[in-house]
Amino acid sequence: MNAGQTFRFAVSGVTANKLRSALTTLGIMIGVAAVIILVAVGTGSSQAIQDSISRLGSNTLTVSSSQGGTGGRGGGGGFGFARPRAAAGAASGAVSSGTQTRTAKLTLDDAYALTDQTLAPDVQSVAPVVSVQSAVATYEGAKHTIGTFIGTSPSYLSNDNDSVQAGRAFTDDEYSSGRRVALLGPTVAKDLFGGDGLSAVDQDVQFNGVTYTVVGVLTAKGSTGPQDSDDRVIAALPGVQATLSGYGNLSSISVKATSASTVADATSEVQGILNGRHHVTTATADYSVFSSSSILSAVTSSNQTFTVLLASVAAISLLVGGIGVMNIMLVTVTERTREIGIRKAIGASRGTIVSQFLLEAILLSLFGGLMGVAVGLLGSRFTIVGVTPVVAPYSVALAFGVAVTVGLFFGLYPANRAAALRPIDALRYE
Amino acid sequence: MTTGSKHPVIALTRVSKQYGAGDTAVHAVAGVDLVVEHGDYLAVMGASGSGKSTLMHILGLLDEPSRGLYRLDGTDTRRLDERQKSFVRNRKIGFVFQSFNLIPRASALANVELPLAYAGVGRVERRARALAALDRVGLADRVGHLPTELSGGQQQRVAVARAIVTEPVVVLADEPTGALDSHSTAEILDLFDELNASGRTIVIITHEDEVAAHAKREVRMLDGRIESDVRLAPVVGLPPALTAASGVVA
Repeated sequence: MNAGQTFRFAVSGVTANKLRSALTTLGIMIGVAAVIILVAVGTGSSQAIQDSISRLGSNTLTVSSSQGGTGGRGGGGGFGFARPRAAAGAASGAVSSGTQTRTAKLTLDDAYALTDQTLAPDVQSVAPVVSVQSAVATYEGAKHTIGTFIGTSPSYLSNDNDSVQAGRAFTDDEYSSGRRVALLGPTVAKDLFGGDGLSAVDQDVQFNGVTYTVVGVLTAKGSTGPQDSDDRVIAALPGVQATLSGYGNLSSISVKATSASTVADATSEVQGILNGRHHVTTATADYSVFSSSSILSAVTSSNQTFTVLLASVAAISLLVGGIGVMNIMLVTVTERTREIGIRKAIGASRGTIVSQFLLEAILLSLFGGLMGVAVGLLGSRFTIVGVTPVVAPYSVALAFGVAVTVGLFFGLYPANRAAALRPIDALRYE
Repeated sequence: MTTGSKHPVIALTRVSKQYGAGDTAVHAVAGVDLVVEHGDYLAVMGASGSGKSTLMHILGLLDEPSRGLYRLDGTDTRRLDERQKSFVRNRKIGFVFQSFNLIPRASALANVELPLAYAGVGRVERRARALAALDRVGLADRVGHLPTELSGGQQQRVAVARAIVTEPVVVLADEPTGALDSHSTAEILDLFDELNASGRTIVIITHEDEVAAHAKREVRMLDGRIESDVRLAPVVGLPPALTAASGVVA
């Protein structure tokens, strides 16, 4: 009895009852496809998040106050970032005069202190950031509620890996002189000006009724999940403080390290400077420093949990498919008891019978597995709940391997039951 | 078929088969001694319940005797394990059943090839031998047909072809004509006569005198024992039906 012959017997067994084999195959197919698609969704969403985080720049740090709260009254000074020396006294005075219970206040002076090349040699550039909540832009009757409106310095663009697709970035001079200049994100520009939005350059736009001159339109960054990262406006900080946010605290400080390898050094330098200025230690710090890599690792680990969860749900359906195979093989063995008796009477050994029925079970799950891989790969080409699935090769191999193993495992019992039949009993069976 | 082997094909020594135990024990076969030589054509007769079917199952290694010794072609069958029994069934025994027992969904050719496949015969040789066997039973023009596309007589002839394709030492036929009309019965009996005339040993279980009349030796069973053992024709030579026919011609 050679392998080819056993294979042909198994194939004829499978094709003998096509509908039943197809339904059994369907169970395995759904399981395999579910594993592949769900893992692809998990991988896709984590990759999308990784992409958006890496767009921040791998060597960018964000300093934010731990207890949140922007736009408070205390501290700060009415001075541009380019002239912080003059404000130093007032600002630091306000900070140090705070009580132990004061909330964190990041000030322009904090930001300026970080530019100290001696204390912070690994810091390349620093940008203070103030965000304005619920700003509305209007232009000749067109109205747009801006997702994110921030006031910052020109260096923010390089820290945030931003570029300008039309017009230009605002200059240090415009910044220092408190000009009301703004860069529109593509979504805002399109909404207000129509078309590709590039005609916004050099036009005057009102933000909450205050007129700003649009000097440029930012390059699209794309959306990550439900949030549109192009729905934003970047304006020069002094103008924003004068008109929209008031001279409160900074929302955050964007810091760029000299290179990706110096991020850790830059982080400790930033912490050293701010600890000194806020009279805290790193353990009791009233601010926090995030690097994109630290966010990335946190997000990645939570995403892995998510993916594993999805995969386990899918694995259960694969298991159910396997039980389906076992069920159908038991039915097949019962149905073909007489045939088994005949085969044994004319010389089929136990091993031959086992391999025939085992192979039938494996063929069912193998075929189901192949179909599942096909459906899984096909299904992963569509965007699912806003996520572009990314097929993980390991999931294909795993799902397929598990499907075949499931067939093997769940086929063993029926096959052994068939082989253990005594030929005399099997022949008498009606 | 050679008669070169010095062993008898079948040698039963006080073989018994008992079902159940104690008071409820049923002795289906109770101490049967039987020797069948090469080339013999044996008919085992008996009413239902006489133990002839159980005897057939024991002879075919489908069932084991409770007691006694069964030598098949010189081999003590008690010493065979499951795997070896499969081997012996495959190589030394050809079965013909009352209900044909062909594999459904497999063509006549595939059914006849099956024992050769289990014997590990290569594809080309297998096909050639199966076609020769089908030709022998007069079904050369039906090789591609499924069992459901054949008449009862034709199905039984396929079964006979399957039984002889491995050149077994003995063909065991269990009521081979029980499910056939008289015309098909005559065909099958003629076939057995021809096979025996060419030297093949045949053991046929039947309750029809008409069938038994074709055999060279008639054994009657009653209550698990051999009641009578009558030789109708010598072991060597043609079976009675062919002797009569040739006698007429001569």
